[in-house]
Amino acid sequence: MSQAQETDVTEDGVIESVSGPVVTATDLAAKMNDVVYVGDEGLMGEVIEIEGNITTVQVYEETSDVSPGEPVENTGEPLTVDLGPGMLDSIYDGVQRPLDVLEQQMGAFLDRGVDAPGIDLDKEWGFEPTVEEGDVIASGDVVGVVEETVQIDHKVLVPPGSEGGTVAEAREGEFTVDEAVVELENGEEIAMRQEWPVREARPAAEKQTPTTPLVSGQRILDGMFPLAKGGTAAIPGPFGSGKTVTQHQLAKWADADIVVYVGCGERGNEMTEVIEDFPELEDPVTGNPLMSRTCLIANTSNMPVAARESCVYTGITIAEYYRDMGYDVALMADSTSRWAEAMREISSRLEEMPGEEGYPAYLAARLSEFYERAGKFENINGTDGSISVIGAVSPPGGDFSEPVTQNTLRIVKTFWALDADLAERRHFPAINWNDSYSLYQDQLDPWFREEVSEDWPEQRQWAVDTLDEEDELQEIVQLVGKDALPEDQQLTLEVARYLREAYLQQNALHEVDTYCEPEKTYRMLGAIKTFNDAAFEALEAGVPVEEIIDIEAAPRLNRIGTTAEYDEFIDELESDIQAQLEEKY
Amino acid sequence: MQKEYKTITEISGPLVFAEVDEPVGYDEIVEIETPSSETRRGQVLESTADYVAIQVFEGTDGIDRESSVRFLGETLQMPLTEELLGRVLSGSGQPIDGGPDIEPEEERSIVGAAINPTAREYPEEFIQTGVSGIDGMNTLVRGQKLPIFSGSGLPHNDLALQIARQATVPEEAEGDEEGSEFAVIFGAMGITQEEANEFMDDFERTGALERSVVFMNLADDPAVERTITPRLALTTAEYLAFEQDYHVLVILTDMTNYCEALREIGAAREEVPGRRGYPGYMYTDLATLYERAGRIEGRDGSVTQIPILTMPGDDDTHPIPDLTGYITEGQIYVDRDLQSQGLKPPVQVLPSLSRLMDDGIGEGLTRADHGDVSDQLYAAYAEGEDLRDLVNIVGREALSERDNRYLDFADRFEEEFIDQGFDRNRDIEETLEIGWNLLSMFPKSELNRIDEELIEEYYDEEAAAEVTAD
Ligand SMILES: Nc1ncnc2c1ncn2[C@@H]1O[C@H](COP(=O)(O)OP(=O)(O)OP(=O)(O)O)[C@@H](O)[C@H]1O
Ligand SMILES: [Mg+2]
Repeated sequence: MSQAQETDVTEDGVIESVSGPVVTATDLAAKMNDVVYVGDEGLMGEVIEIEGNITTVQVYEETSDVSPGEPVENTGEPLTVDLGPGMLDSIYDGVQRPLDVLEQQMGAFLDRGVDAPGIDLDKEWGFEPTVEEGDVIASGDVVGVVEETVQIDHKVLVPPGSEGGTVAEAREGEFTVDEAVVELENGEEIAMRQEWPVREARPAAEKQTPTTPLVSGQRILDGMFPLAKGGTAAIPGPFGSGKTVTQHQLAKWADADIVVYVGCGERGNEMTEVIEDFPELEDPVTGNPLMSRTCLIANTSNMPVAARESCVYTGITIAEYYRDMGYDVALMADSTSRWAEAMREISSRLEEMPGEEGYPAYLAARLSEFYERAGKFENINGTDGSISVIGAVSPPGGDFSEPVTQNTLRIVKTFWALDADLAERRHFPAINWNDSYSLYQDQLDPWFREEVSEDWPEQRQWAVDTLDEEDELQEIVQLVGKDALPEDQQLTLEVARYLREAYLQQNALHEVDTYCEPEKTYRMLGAIKTFNDAAFEALEAGVPVEEIIDIEAAPRLNRIGTTAEYDEFIDELESDIQAQLEEKY
Repeated sequence: MQKEYKTITEISGPLVFAEVDEPVGYDEIVEIETPSSETRRGQVLESTADYVAIQVFEGTDGIDRESSVRFLGETLQMPLTEELLGRVLSGSGQPIDGGPDIEPEEERSIVGAAINPTAREYPEEFIQTGVSGIDGMNTLVRGQKLPIFSGSGLPHNDLALQIARQATVPEEAEGDEEGSEFAVIFGAMGITQEEANEFMDDFERTGALERSVVFMNLADDPAVERTITPRLALTTAEYLAFEQDYHVLVILTDMTNYCEALREIGAAREEVPGRRGYPGYMYTDLATLYERAGRIEGRDGSVTQIPILTMPGDDDTHPIPDLTGYITEGQIYVDRDLQSQGLKPPVQVLPSLSRLMDDGIGEGLTRADHGDVSDQLYAAYAEGEDLRDLVNIVGREALSERDNRYLDFADRFEEEFIDQGFDRNRDIEETLEIGWNLLSMFPKSELNRIDEELIEEYYDEEAAAEVTAD
């Protein structure tokens, strides 16, 4: 159930045992996944197992001092989220309690037993109807619009499952989220707030094939391993390899309408960083504060583990709701491994049969159910919307053969493999170009041809081939040294070095380099290719390789990334490269 | 509720099971009295209507089925007062320095509530440790958790002590201190008497003890006690930081012993073990310690943590360093090879990382060139390190002049930048100056990580001339 709702408690039970986040109760009439209130303090929990008279509950809060004999109250409702205006620019815990409201109520430290609704029930929003008396509306239809933030118009939807009917009255003006804004002839009232059980996907008419990229402004992603709007990606890597930085980069710069960022079992300071930075940063397209399109969910590693288990569901449900309005939503989950571990922890307290590495046997099923909720959809109201999901994976010891990484790779279509070696040399983003892939490449190429340049795929292929060749040559170099190679191969190595250092590396912390639009990505690669072509011509004309490598203009390739006015810079650089090389023969 | 039971049914490793007829709270504190009238303390790990499982901190030896069990009706509390500064306590918080009893201002549950992310303030105040490998390339900031990844027999303690001794915040050293003082909390878990002496001697020699609180669980103290020692230490740290405005540096050593204690309890409870026998919840458990570092909006103090751990077999994929690295904000590696080369401190910068560095350095904080210099030093040293492998095969002559330059750089970097000695305190200016001196071995065009204007400002032409003259 959602915190906004005051339900009548249906049945009471009694605590039988307490062990960490897992509590058993007797004599509780409950269904699976019912939300219950546990103990004298009324700690929120969810029914996860029923066996005879014993009901097992996972508790979303600390259970210190809770004893057998205390009561358990059932709400009879599953865990739901409140959906309505006010979710953007908000930060929630794993069960959608607004953290800023909790701070006002209990200070800097998170106490327990405190509830607050996911959206403000008292605030009034200006509602503008888009339907009028006599219109016939159905489940999912848009009945009006609310300006939720400077950037986002919140569309008020007929809740899925509603029968719909003929509009009797549509009211314009200021309303709280629970006041009826549209009334149907059959007496049904539609308000701005609706609820949805988090573990159930919201309905859509049809899933479609994604054909538009989620442009991230990250060269290695857009240029080599693009993600589609509505696609899925995994970003696995050992600690410190750049999962969070990449996720933050996507949350900042990806051209989604809405961003849902789920900090699942990770660091408090990382969430604070987002809270402090995002209001200051501007959307590269609209110039509005980034926070005005962002909803944050933070269940940090030291917050209760059961709420960590539910935080990804809370996030994806909110994402689906904005998708239903016709928006392109991007959801980042950092880290899905912590979610899997929460499942493992609860499962082991239930003494379930452990599967691989102690994870429950249903791990693979849960992961695929979650990623299945991503996609490009035709909504039930006829609009198109998408959810792109990017999950970080934190494999123990950085070993990708472990169950969470492996099960994730079976589902997602984009794989950005982080590499400890690259991170150690401060080659960032430390995404390994040999191991990573995107299965969306072919379906997205037409977009890049159309929007950026006709030869986008060919140019990319040239870069891939050059890097492959470098890889082979490096093996020889390891044995004999670079100077023992023939001159043309030495030159290939030099070109590949520019590909790595100038093109693939991108400094997330540099104010210019942090975002690279596709045109710049394209031109940058073009500049390196210009150097390549001119250099090989010079070599053929008999210029020694050392002299070619040494031209003054070449190292300037490394400075394109940090140059804001890149067009002029590249024009000049390319003509200097040509001139300086031609001079030599 | 002080009801006494003589109902112990089972004793297994550190655990005691007893039957009860009244409800007992989860996590509640228990006192067990042995027939020889010794009192042991413990905590409820599982509570049911009929029986409880108790984890005994001070060891179960001497406990038998005749022992009596009392439930104190509260969870474990730490008595808190500013007067704790200067005191030495046992691993379970009892004074062991012969001093007076502690008269607390307040008591707090040692579990510690999570800081609400909206109440945190992002850490960005540079702490100068005086160690170039840290300040220059892995900068520590106030409120950070930055562990030392070490191995057995390596001088991690010397490094930790050097940091504790030298740590300052530069502007405050210059006098505009806002009244927040510096305090050290030292939590020892399962270290040897000899190591403990090393710390205590240094604390006494430098007068640091006065502004320290020491919690000592030694190698021959009960292992289970180690699970509460860091919580007592961190509860004290939070009190001093957020109620008394201290900037607290918490040194926890050795986290490996802490994790072994967790494993022992898990095994006694016959839990399904996670990786290499450690409990599946170890990540969460460690996070509830490490996340107790930070700063809070509107409070003057801060909690900075330097946990020390010895990696079994020097393997950083072992669950203890691995899970730690996934929680902390970077790590400093103490390296066996560098140690055998005689470097002091043997800090290996390549795998080391401070994730909060970027916001704590730069113009107005340290110096405008700091970030770029650090990046370039990393890149150059990594390249030199790679070439060392190659040179073993093909010899120096087969390498280009450029490659040879990188090899020389790597050597000089270790000798001049890293090997500063445990007693040498370098300020950030000096550290950066050494950095520029080394980087100027390369022609300017090779310094592709550094902004051109900064190169013009700081490039050391003399050092460059020396190299070309060679
Ligand atoms: N694109 C980038 N540009 C600059 N620096 C980067 C980039 N990516 C990563 N880094 C550096 O690497 C550090 C670690 O990155 P990050 O925190 O994202 O690691 P992680 O994979 O999320 O680790 P963990 O699993 O422990 O959370 C960052 O603090 C930053 O210094
Ligand atoms: Mg991370």
